[in-house]
Amino acid sequence: MRVSVFVTCLVDQLFPRVGEGAVETLRRLGCEVAFNPAQTCCGQPAFNTGYRPEARAMAEHFVEVFERERADFLVAPSGSCTAMVRNFYPELFHAHGDERWRARLESVRSRLREFSEFIVRELGVEDVGARFEGRVTYHDACHLLRELKVSDEPRRLIRAVRGVEFVEMESPDACCGFGGTFSVKYAEISDAILREKLTRIERSGAQYVVANDSSCLMQIAGGLARAGSSVRTIHLAELLASR
Amino acid sequence: MSHSEPDLTSRSHAALGDPVLQRALGNATATFIERRRESVATVPDWQALRERARRVKEHTVNHLDYYLEQLVGRVEELGGIVHWASTGEDVSRYVVGLARARGVRVVVKSKSMTTEEIELNHALEAEGIRPVETDLGEYIIQLARERPSHIIVPAIHKTREQIADLFAEKLHVGRAQEVAEITAVARARLRQEFLSAGMGITGANFAVAETGTIVLVENEGNIRLSTQVPPVHVAVVGIEKVIPSFEDLSVFLRLLPRSGTGQKQTAYVSFLNGPRRAAEAAGGGAEGATPETEFHLVLLDNGRTRILADEQMRESLYCIRCGACLNVCPVYQKIGGQAYGWIYPGPIGAVISPQLQGLKEAGELPFASSLCGACREACPVAINLPDLLLALRAKVKEGGGEEPGARNTAERASMRAYAAMAKRPKLFAAVGRLMRGLGRLAEKGGRIRRVPFPPLSLWTKYRDLPAPPRGGSFRERWKKGEGKE
Repeated sequence: MRVSVFVTCLVDQLFPRVGEGAVETLRRLGCEVAFNPAQTCCGQPAFNTGYRPEARAMAEHFVEVFERERADFLVAPSGSCTAMVRNFYPELFHAHGDERWRARLESVRSRLREFSEFIVRELGVEDVGARFEGRVTYHDACHLLRELKVSDEPRRLIRAVRGVEFVEMESPDACCGFGGTFSVKYAEISDAILREKLTRIERSGAQYVVANDSSCLMQIAGGLARAGSSVRTIHLAELLASR
Repeated sequence: MSHSEPDLTSRSHAALGDPVLQRALGNATATFIERRRESVATVPDWQALRERARRVKEHTVNHLDYYLEQLVGRVEELGGIVHWASTGEDVSRYVVGLARARGVRVVVKSKSMTTEEIELNHALEAEGIRPVETDLGEYIIQLARERPSHIIVPAIHKTREQIADLFAEKLHVGRAQEVAEITAVARARLRQEFLSAGMGITGANFAVAETGTIVLVENEGNIRLSTQVPPVHVAVVGIEKVIPSFEDLSVFLRLLPRSGTGQKQTAYVSFLNGPRRAAEAAGGGAEGATPETEFHLVLLDNGRTRILADEQMRESLYCIRCGACLNVCPVYQKIGGQAYGWIYPGPIGAVISPQLQGLKEAGELPFASSLCGACREACPVAINLPDLLLALRAKVKEGGGEEPGARNTAERASMRAYAAMAKRPKLFAAVGRLMRGLGRLAEKGGRIRRVPFPPLSLWTKYRDLPAPPRGGSFRERWKKGEGKE
């Protein structure tokens, strides 16, 4: 199986170990993994802030880069970036005269999978042979859960990791308050929502919070660190890569 | 509906700093979420029911002219009087004129978001007509001279203790210790108002086109009294409230109470067919009997046809005002309804208010959402609220448009620059390297605790930022061979 990874701009620039964890896990599962350095950002920040012409320009670049990838699947360690391409790109190419673009987009959309979705649904694997010692809880990232309907897959992958004690927190599907530019436009509200999440994380007794989106994890980690908590965040790809 | 100053950031700051409000909101929304979950579980195929309701709304809204004409024809056949109002002022003028003509001094009102939207009470008061809100929550809000903070639970932000104090102060009664004492005081006061009122004003939950029936759901019996005791009943109804048939109504009557209060059925459901007739009161057939009361149906546009004309936004009109999206919204749970600044709060309010008021006035609201999508999941007619919020954001920014309260120039410039870089991978990588280098200067022990300039200063005011990775970006590490086999 040939896979090309879209690591996302955030992982590329700030959390390279997440991308490497994804690559390592996929290789361990027998995939041939490629990375095209022409990739940048899917355009979600512009789209979510209302800047559609700018988002469209980025979407065109994304399609140009990934349509040429000779891969069975394109895999991204992010629910929200995957949802951007699969669920929201069509809105950027819906105009009359965009027929050719829509056809090109389809060849990308149809192959793009979120990391945990790909492993469980396409590879049919739950135990990736990872080992990690600790009590772990899982945060459902909103776009992964509600746009892509992925919630069971990451939990199965986590439970199969040797050494992990999995615990659910209360309302794991409650938003962490990140919301892209919302996190700075309405920083105080974003923080108030985050604190509810942090309370639930602490109450679960977990030592680690796992999620499949580095953006949520940046918000949660930022709050945990500011509060002086000993709980750590870890992306699913890093968890599955550890042994 | 009027705007409360100042901006959303300041209003939410006040709400977040109010511990009593935080406790009241947290308890109330959690209770409603739990009750909704339990009552929804009693419907074997909830999703199919939602889809059906959505199709009915879609069909009706797409043929609104047809169904409104049918409704009006039926109401007039029943002996009702129909008035079309394009604005709130039209409604006020009509209602005030009617009240004067009938010598009405006191009006009893049921809870109605539509009359809140057009501020009918202000217009009545200005003409010396005293409106009395008869829903307990609305009665509390009216005594406090506030605005409702929730679509179906107007006083959701108030605690029992606050209400006891309010009653003691405004009604000159002893401070109540129990909820039952509070409701007993309200009941005694309101009973007198019902008996002396010359007019009852309600909204409508649904208006059934095939029969001309106005349908109202409630739990307190105050709507029964408002519509049956005074000699004149006026229903002020948004044009989107029409549905084709009783068969359709059965779908909505299963969805609305479960989504709103988490009840399988409300205590009362009123079906009103035109004015009351003498023979009805005597228990006989209504045919041919002379009406002994008046029924006026006021159909309100107030911006709704503008929403109808916009295909992308049209589904905003599917809303049945159940309030479920408010309860599940993480933003609403934290700031409550009044902070939104307009009469309709929560996700649906952030969608409707900018369309009714204009983007310049209320254009900040669509941005005050994390786009988590919990609202869409809870909506009984499956309105795609996050999509509508996104569409409104795009409308605000379109053609250089300004978002109220935002740093527009800087934001637009940085989005443009980012988009330009994203098309040039080498430049993207170079700028990324530069930014990470700058970030390392601010690092302390693996975190960045403070950035002195916006927008990142707003992040670090509450949270730490991660320090840039020491070994370079993913692409740099991949190139160096760490990614290669």
